[in-house]
Formats: sequence, structure tokens, C-alpha cells
Amino acid sequence: MKVLVCVKQTFDTEAKIELKDGKISDAGINLIINPYDEVAVEGAIQLKEKGIAKEVVVVSAGADKAMDAIRTALAMGADRGILIKQDTGADEYARAVALAAVIKEENPDLVLAGHVAADDGSSQVPTRIAEILGWPHINVITDLEITDGKVKCSSEADGGSQVTEVALPAVISTQVSWNEPRYPSMKGIMQAKKKPVATVDAVAVENKTKIIEYSLPPAKQAGTKIEDEPEVCAAKLADFIKNVAKVEVKA
Amino acid sequence: MDFKLSEEHKMFRKTFRDFAENEVAPTAAERDEEERFDMDIFYKMGELGMCGLPWEEKYGGVGSDFLAYVIAVEELSRVCASTGVTLSAHVSLCSWPIWKFGTEEQKMKYLVPLAEGKKLGAFAITEPGAGSDAGGTKTTAVLDGNEYILNGTKIFITNAYYADIYVVIARTGPKELKHKSISAFIVEKGTPGFSFGKKEKKLGIRSSATYELIFDNCRIPKENLLGKEGEGFKIAMMLLDGGRNGIAAQAVGIAQGAYEYALNYAKERVQFGKPIAEQQAIQFKLADMATRIEAARLLTYQAAWLESNGLPYGKASAMAKVFAGDTAMWVTTEAVQILGGYGYTREYPVERMMRDAKITQIYEGTNEIQRVVIANYILK
Repeated sequence: MKVLVCVKQTFDTEAKIELKDGKISDAGINLIINPYDEVAVEGAIQLKEKGIAKEVVVVSAGADKAMDAIRTALAMGADRGILIKQDTGADEYARAVALAAVIKEENPDLVLAGHVAADDGSSQVPTRIAEILGWPHINVITDLEITDGKVKCSSEADGGSQVTEVALPAVISTQVSWNEPRYPSMKGIMQAKKKPVATVDAVAVENKTKIIEYSLPPAKQAGTKIEDEPEVCAAKLADFIKNVAKVEVKA
Repeated sequence: MDFKLSEEHKMFRKTFRDFAENEVAPTAAERDEEERFDMDIFYKMGELGMCGLPWEEKYGGVGSDFLAYVIAVEELSRVCASTGVTLSAHVSLCSWPIWKFGTEEQKMKYLVPLAEGKKLGAFAITEPGAGSDAGGTKTTAVLDGNEYILNGTKIFITNAYYADIYVVIARTGPKELKHKSISAFIVEKGTPGFSFGKKEKKLGIRSSATYELIFDNCRIPKENLLGKEGEGFKIAMMLLDGGRNGIAAQAVGIAQGAYEYALNYAKERVQFGKPIAEQQAIQFKLADMATRIEAARLLTYQAAWLESNGLPYGKASAMAKVFAGDTAMWVTTEAVQILGGYGYTREYPVERMMRDAKITQIYEGTNEIQRVVIANYILK
């Protein structure tokens, strides 16, 4: 069985986001594999270790820098990589079209991806890929089992969980609780540079959406501190709630 | 010239940092407080391949280089200097002489498990009367048939008690021959006649293990002689050339950890209505800390690069060690100063880092000895 994993390179989750000329600035930011995608990579490698998958191919669409994300996945244990060169301004539709074209070519039995990216949080790409390919899709899975050309997944549902089974090939998107991604081993890092990575151009399509503006959340204002005798404090606080914060009290 | 790390080294660094932050940092203060060595951390490093970075794959290594190794020691020491020295002693002081001077049989038997991190290594040269002056070694090894009989006491041995494999320096001839009658041996833990004395209670690096070794008619097989008889002093001096660069890396890591902590603190701590980082007195401290650390790091990486490329590195590693050690002591002292009263308490990590820094000016050749080494190079 061949497993293909889609990974996105994102900002380090601890990075401080700053805007420059109306755009998100990546100056001095550490770039990592989207943590949700990292779980998908780990899941694929485990399938290989169990002898279920024969080959794990990792694919990323983005700038040349995205090669680092592919190399990290290779160091963890993926077999080969494909970098789809694509403008970083590509929207979810354009990304899904580009990834789906490569997936069609590769013809894997299973496509894994994180269910959401830690940066824009749009949560669209795996679902769009499944739609373009006409393949079944299970979202936000926390466990996965392969039997006789089928995949059975546990996934999060409102207030509980659900078990779904679909026929392969399928697109499965993962929740972080599925597994604990490994550190790339030292030997893995040494081998990663010898593993093949192909570079292809993205299928040229127009974005369907246009981002008009980015803005940061307003800075937190300092609170008001009341310092006095307890009864005076209570009176002032009550006045504040009623007249400044205007909290309505219904009888 | 190219000052950029290769992609591979960058990936190593990221992995070391993630490992240090997740597996080492959370218990660093607690292990320091309890003076507790944690063998599990070492085994985890072994599983990742951190114990055999420079050695060839046929010896259980990773097939990388000494630069990768010093980056590992640096990143560990950034969060826990005790864990940094555990790896440094394991690689530079125990594995290195076996890799360099061992027979093929010795390498397969001892280097492979050391490189894979399945066994921990230590090195024993220091004695009560032989510190900076290794020629004063009193421990003896007398050949008796197919065995050497070891007698004597070694002190301040890093990784001792927990280590499985020890490289031990002992005298195999008359003491009048001074360093010419010194030899090196491989001794396994559990050999009858080999026991441990007191555990040292230290100022810093308190979660690294430091014990006395006692050899009382300890018989080891003749084939555990490392190199030839009389080569022990040369082996010891050569391994310390590289070992001191591991300590330079440890010092850079300690300094980096303290600097980062002080930098973030200075940005948050408000006095006189503004963060103290806006006071020039603090800015100048931070600027000097950053500059000295960068210089120390470049000296350390340069020495590692020289060794990886088969070039002479003795002078470079002595310079790296003396500069990085002094930098670590200075930077950690200033970091405590920036944190003020809080920095002096054990609630904040800079106090531990300042205690840890001191040893980097002392062990694996005091900084005074390093200056003697450098002077010998530049005056000869």
C-alpha cells in the first residue's frame, strides 16, 4: 500500500505574529511542519513499520523553503518527497487543485493530512482534495485501521466519537490526539539528504478568494484597580458594573 | 568562508533543542535540587543517536561529525549543564580514545554499545595527587600472566557509578619515568576489586554523577590495554584536546540559556514605569553578553570544524575552552544581576546556571592550564 501525506510549512506555534506593509511578516520566524500534519506523517510511518504501508510519500505545496518541512518528514522516516512550487499567496482552492493533481499522478491508496493548519486555520484543503478526486473522506480522526481495502476510523463528533468505514483510496484528515510524533533520529537526518525529492510546478489556477486585509487583535487594555476600604470598594465596583460596564440585571 | 550551518546541522540543532526542551528542561531544577542523576535521559539520547554522532555506522555511530556533537552538548547545556557534561564525558573522554586507539575487537566490544547509548562511559585520570599534573599518577597496573592488576584511587570521576565502561589511566612502570610509564586501560563496571567511594557534593552540575573509583587488586584482561604500554599520557593529552572543546560547548550552552532568560526578563520587568530593558545600564550588559557568547560559539565551532576536517585543533580547542568558560561565568553572573533579588533565589534558573558555569573554568584542564597550552603553541 502507498500512503501519501500532505504537509504544510507553518510558523512555529510560539512565534510572535507581526504585520509589515499590511501582510504577515515572516522575518525571524522559525518555520516548522504544521503540528497536525506532523501527526499524519507519524501515522503513515507507523503504518509502514507495521508492514501495512510499503511506501510513504510526503508532498508539500509552497515556496522553496517548504523543502525543510519535507526533509524533516523524510528524517522522521518517510521514503521520498515532492515539492510543488506554488506562490505563497495561493488560496485553499488553488492549493487543493495543485495537491490533487500530484495525488492523481501518484495514485496512492491512502492520503493523510492534518485536519487544519496551525497558521490560517481554514481547515479546507483535505476536504477539497477529496472533493476534486471524488474520493471518500473522513475528518478529524483519532484512530485508524486498515483491513481488506477499507479504512476504519474513529473521529471526533460533538460530545463523543464516531466510527466510520470507507473504501480505499480515501482522504483522511487527522486530529493531534491520534499519536505522538517522534523526533527525527540522528541517522534519519543523515539519511534524509540521500532520499529523493522531486520538484514540480503547481497547476496554474486563479485563486477563488481574495484577502482584503489582515489585522492583529486589539492590544489588551490594562484593567481598572480599585483600592480602598472593603465597603467603599464594593460600592465603587457596583457603580462600575451598573454605570460603566452597563451590565443589565434581569429580575 | 561560510559561517552557515549545513541543512543537516540545522536539523540536528532543531531536534536537540526540541529534545532538550521537552525531555531535559522540565526536570532540570528538580534534579539539581535532589542531586539526582537520571539514567533514562541518557538512554533516550541513545535511542535518538545523540551518543554516537561522530563515529562511523559500523561502530554503531551516526556518521556525522564533531560539529554535530558540540551542538548537541551546547543545546543540552542551554537547559541543563549536568546533562551536557554527561554526554561530553561519554563521547569525548570515553568513546573517543577507544575510537582513536582501540583495536577492532575493542571497538566492536566497547565502542558499539557506547555509540548506541546502550552503555554509559567514563574516564578516570584525576587522583588526589594528580590533577593538572597527570605525571603524578599513583594508580598502578602490574602485568601478571594474562591480566593486569590495578591498585589505586581516582577522584572526581564524571558519570562514575552509573557508567558501564571506564577508560582508566595507570602507571605500568617506575614512577621515575614520569609520563613515559603511564598507560590506558578499559575497565568494566562489576570487575572484582573495582568499587566506588564517596559521591561528591558539588556547587554546580549537581545532577551529574561524580564519584571516587577504588581499585583494590582489580584484575583485568591483558587485552584491555588501550594502545601500547607507555602511551597512556599521550592518549590522555590527546583526548583532553578534544574533550575541552566539549566543555567549551557546555559553557556556550550555559551562557546562552542564562542570556535568553535575562533578556526576556528584562523586557517584562517594569521598574520606574518602564521595562528595565529600556535602561541603558541593562542594554549594555545584554549587548556584551550576546557578543561574548557569539565569539565563544565561533571559537568552539571552529575547533570542532578543524577536528572534523582532520586539521590540528589543540590550540583552537584550548582557546575555545578558556574563552567560553570565562564567558559562561561572566554571563551567568550578569544574568543573576539583571534578575536582582529574584535571580539569587532558586525560583529562577539563572542561579543554577551561575553555579553550573564555575566548573567550566576548572575541569578538563583549568583555564590556567589552557593558557599554558596556548602559550606553548604561540611561543614554540
